[in-house]
Amino acid sequence: MSLNIIVLAKQVPDTRNVGKDAMKADGTINRAALPAIFNPEDLNALEQALRIKDANPGSTVTLLTMGLPRAAEIIREAMYRGADGGIVLTDRVLGGADTLATSYSLAQAVRKIGNYDIILGGRQAIDGDTAQVGPQIAEKLGLPQVTYAEEIVDLKDGKVTVRRRLENGVETVKAPLPCVVTVNGSAAECRPRNAQRVMKFKYAASPSERAKMTEEQQALYEKRPYLKLQEWGAAYVDADPEQIGLAGSPTKVKAVENVVFTAKESACIDGANDGQIEDLIKDLIVNHTIG
Amino acid sequence: MANFYTDNPDLKHHLTHPMMQKIVALKERDYSDAAKFDYAPFNFDDAMDNYDKVLEIVGDICGNIIAGNAEGVDHEGPTVANGRVTYASGTQQNLEACRQAGLMGMAMPRRLGGLNFPITPYIMAADIVSRADTGFENLWGLQDCAETLYEFANEDQKQRYIPRVCKGETMSMDLTEPDAGSDLQSVMLKATQKEDGSWVLNGVKRFITNGDADIHLVLARSEEGTTDGRGLSMFVYDKRNGGVNVRRIENKMGIKGSPTCELVYKNAPAELVGDTRMGLIKYVMALMNGARLGIAAQSVGVSELAYREALQYAKERCQFGKPIIEFPAVAEMISVMKAKLDASRSLLYETSRYVDLYKAYEDIAKERALSADERKEMKQYKKLADALTPMAKGMGSEYCNQNAYDCIQVHGGSGFMKDYACERIYRDARITSIYEGTTQLQVVAAIRHVTTGTYMTLINGYNEVEVRPELQPLKDRLVAMTAKYQEAVADVTAANEPAYTDFMARRLVEMAGNIVMGYLLLLDAQRTESFKRSAAVYNKLADAEVAKHCEFISTTCPAQLDLYKA
Repeated sequence: MSLNIIVLAKQVPDTRNVGKDAMKADGTINRAALPAIFNPEDLNALEQALRIKDANPGSTVTLLTMGLPRAAEIIREAMYRGADGGIVLTDRVLGGADTLATSYSLAQAVRKIGNYDIILGGRQAIDGDTAQVGPQIAEKLGLPQVTYAEEIVDLKDGKVTVRRRLENGVETVKAPLPCVVTVNGSAAECRPRNAQRVMKFKYAASPSERAKMTEEQQALYEKRPYLKLQEWGAAYVDADPEQIGLAGSPTKVKAVENVVFTAKESACIDGANDGQIEDLIKDLIVNHTIG
Repeated sequence: MANFYTDNPDLKHHLTHPMMQKIVALKERDYSDAAKFDYAPFNFDDAMDNYDKVLEIVGDICGNIIAGNAEGVDHEGPTVANGRVTYASGTQQNLEACRQAGLMGMAMPRRLGGLNFPITPYIMAADIVSRADTGFENLWGLQDCAETLYEFANEDQKQRYIPRVCKGETMSMDLTEPDAGSDLQSVMLKATQKEDGSWVLNGVKRFITNGDADIHLVLARSEEGTTDGRGLSMFVYDKRNGGVNVRRIENKMGIKGSPTCELVYKNAPAELVGDTRMGLIKYVMALMNGARLGIAAQSVGVSELAYREALQYAKERCQFGKPIIEFPAVAEMISVMKAKLDASRSLLYETSRYVDLYKAYEDIAKERALSADERKEMKQYKKLADALTPMAKGMGSEYCNQNAYDCIQVHGGSGFMKDYACERIYRDARITSIYEGTTQLQVVAAIRHVTTGTYMTLINGYNEVEVRPELQPLKDRLVAMTAKYQEAVADVTAANEPAYTDFMARRLVEMAGNIVMGYLLLLDAQRTESFKRSAAVYNKLADAEVAKHCEFISTTCPAQLDLYKA
C-alpha cells in the first residue's frame, strides 16, 4: 500500500542560542538574529513518517512548512534524511500570523495538495510552545486528530494505531485515515542524514533560491525534476486575506517581561520531633510550594 | 549539538590540501560518473563539497551518538552465546546510525553501491570516529576489507559481496592463529579443495577483531605439506553459509566494545580469492597496508581526544588560586601533546594522499593501459606510500600512547580514578602500537627507506618549498637536523653489519620521522597560520630527539651490541 504522507514542519530560532536581539519592538521574534533550526519535535514526526514509508514501499513523504523563503533549508534537511520533497508556503502577507492564522494558511495548503492519507507534525514548536497548530489544522480540515503520539504502532486497512505518551502513562488509540497526528519529543529520534541523499539533493532549491546558483548548478537543476522545491503564496492556496497574517491573528503580543520570583517567606521549626516536619510538608503541599 | 568534524578546523585544512585536485580528478576519471549516478560530482568543487558534507554527517553522528555511547560500551562490552556474538547496546546503536547514514563502503566505487570517496576523506572519517569511540573505529573501519576484495576478487565475487558491505554488513580479517601472530607465515588453518572444486576450511583462528562478522577474509594453508608463506591463500567466508563459530571472546584491557574472538572452523565453505599461494605474499600485504593506515588514523583520533580532555581539565582545574594550565609544567605538556597530535595528523594525511594517488592509477590500469609517465608516477607514489605508512602507524601510535599518558598526568589523582574519560583513553590507546604490526615491525618495514634514501627524497622535496621569512628559522633547524640524520645513517651503514643496522633501525626511522613531520608542520604553517605554534613546538622537540639519537649512535659501536644480548 503506498501512502501520501504530509509532514508539517517549522524552521525555528534555536532557543538554546538566544541573544539580546531575539525580540523585535512589536513583541514578535526577530528571526534574522537567530540561528534557524529544524523544530526538534517535527524531526520526531519526520522519523515516524519515514518509518511508515519504509513499511509501505512507494509511499511519498512531503514536507509542508510556512515561513521565510529560507525555510527551504529544512525541506532539504528532511530530504537528506528520507523525505521526497516539499513545499514552502511563503508570502509577505502571511507574516505575523498567530496559531489561528497559521493553521488556516497551512490547512489551505493541505487542501491544495489534496491527495493525502496522513498528516504528521511535531507536538509543538520551541519558539511558541503552543501545541495548537496541529490540532487546529485537524479541526479546519474536519479530520480526526491524535496528539502526544510516541509511536505509530501500526497502519493498515485505513486505520492507524498510535501509542500516546500522557502525563501518567501511555494510551494506545486507533484512528481512521486520513487524520492528523502530532508527535511527542519522547518518540524515536530522527535518523541521521544519509550520505548518498545529501549528495543527490544538495542542489534541491525553491524558485527564489535558484537565482543564487552557478550556471552549472542551474543546468543540473533543470535536468533533475526532483531538485525542484515548491514555493507557494497565499493567493495560490486560495487563502482569504482576512484570515491570514496579522489581519487574521487575534493574538497580539503587548510586551514580554522577564519574571523573577523575589518574594521570601521563612518559618522556623526547632526539629524536636518528627511530627513538626510532617506538618511542614503538609503545609507546603497545601499551599502548592511543593507537589 | 556537538559535531566532531566542524569543531575541528584542522581537518578542513588537511582536506583542502592542494594535492587533492589531482587525487579527485584521477579518482573521478574527470567526473565521468556524473552522467550515470545522481550522487556523483560534476567537478572538483562539487566533489570537495560532497566530502565536506559527508564528513559533517560523520561529525554529527560521532558527536551526538557514538561519543555518548563510548563509556557504556566500555562497561557493557560484547557477549558470546551459542557461538554468536552480541554487541553492546551502544555498539548496536552506533552501527545502525552508520548504516542509516550510508557510511559503510565509503571508498568503494558507485557501481558496487559505494560513495567512491578517495582514501583521504575516508581516513578522515576514521580519525573522527576514533575520537568518538576508539573501539568502534575497528568495527566501522573493517570496511577496509572490501578494498581487498575490490582489488583481488573476481567480478562475480565483487558483485555478490561488496554491495552487502556498502549496505552495512560487517567484515573481519581472519589472519592470526595461536602460533602465528607477527609471523603469519606459520598460519596452519587448513583449506581443502573438494572434488567439485569448492573449498572448505578447518582449524582455529585467534584474536580476530569482529570475528562474528557477516563476511570474513581468511588466510589459510591451501598447499598441503608447505610450511611457509608461499603455501597460503586467501578465502572469503560468508556467515550465511555457517561453519564458523565463536568459541570465546577475549577479556581485554581496552577497546572493549570491539569483540576479539577465537574462531573454530568446521568444514566451513569458503571461496578462493584471486590465485592460490598469493594469500600472504600479495593480498594480505595489501590488506595490512590499508589496515595500518587505518590504525594510524585511529591513533590520531585518540591523540585528539586525549589532547581535548587534558586541555579542558587543565583550564578548569584550579590549584594555588589559578587554573593549572597557567603553570609552565602543565602548559608545556599540553602544547607538546598538541604538537604531537598535529605532527602525526599531518603525516597521516600526507600518507593517505600518496596512497590515493597510486591506488587511483592502479584502478585506472584495470580499464586501460597506463602511459609510461603514468606508470612511473604510480611507482613513485607507491614507494612513498610504502615508506610513509609504517612511519605514520609506528610513530602515530607511539604519540597517541604518550598523549594518553600525559592526559592522565594532567588530571593528577583524578585521572587515576574511573571518573574521567582519560583512564579509558589510556587503555584504548595501548593496542594501537601493537596490532597490525608492533612498532618494532613498523620499523622493520621502514628501515629500508632509510637505507635506500626514500625519506631523503621526500625531505629534499619539502626543502625546496620557499617559506615566509618568519618561518625560515624553523626551516634552518630542519636543514641542520637533516645533516645530523645523514651523518647517523652513514655511520650505521658504514659498519656494514645487518644486526647493527637492526639495532639502530628504530632510532634512524624516528629521526627521519621527526624531520618529515617537522617539514610537514612547517608547510602547514605556511598554508594556515594556526599551525605556526605547533610547527615551532614540534621543531624544538624534533631537534632534541634527533640530537639524542645522533649522540647515541655516534657513541656506540657494533661491539657494544653484546651489552644488550639476552
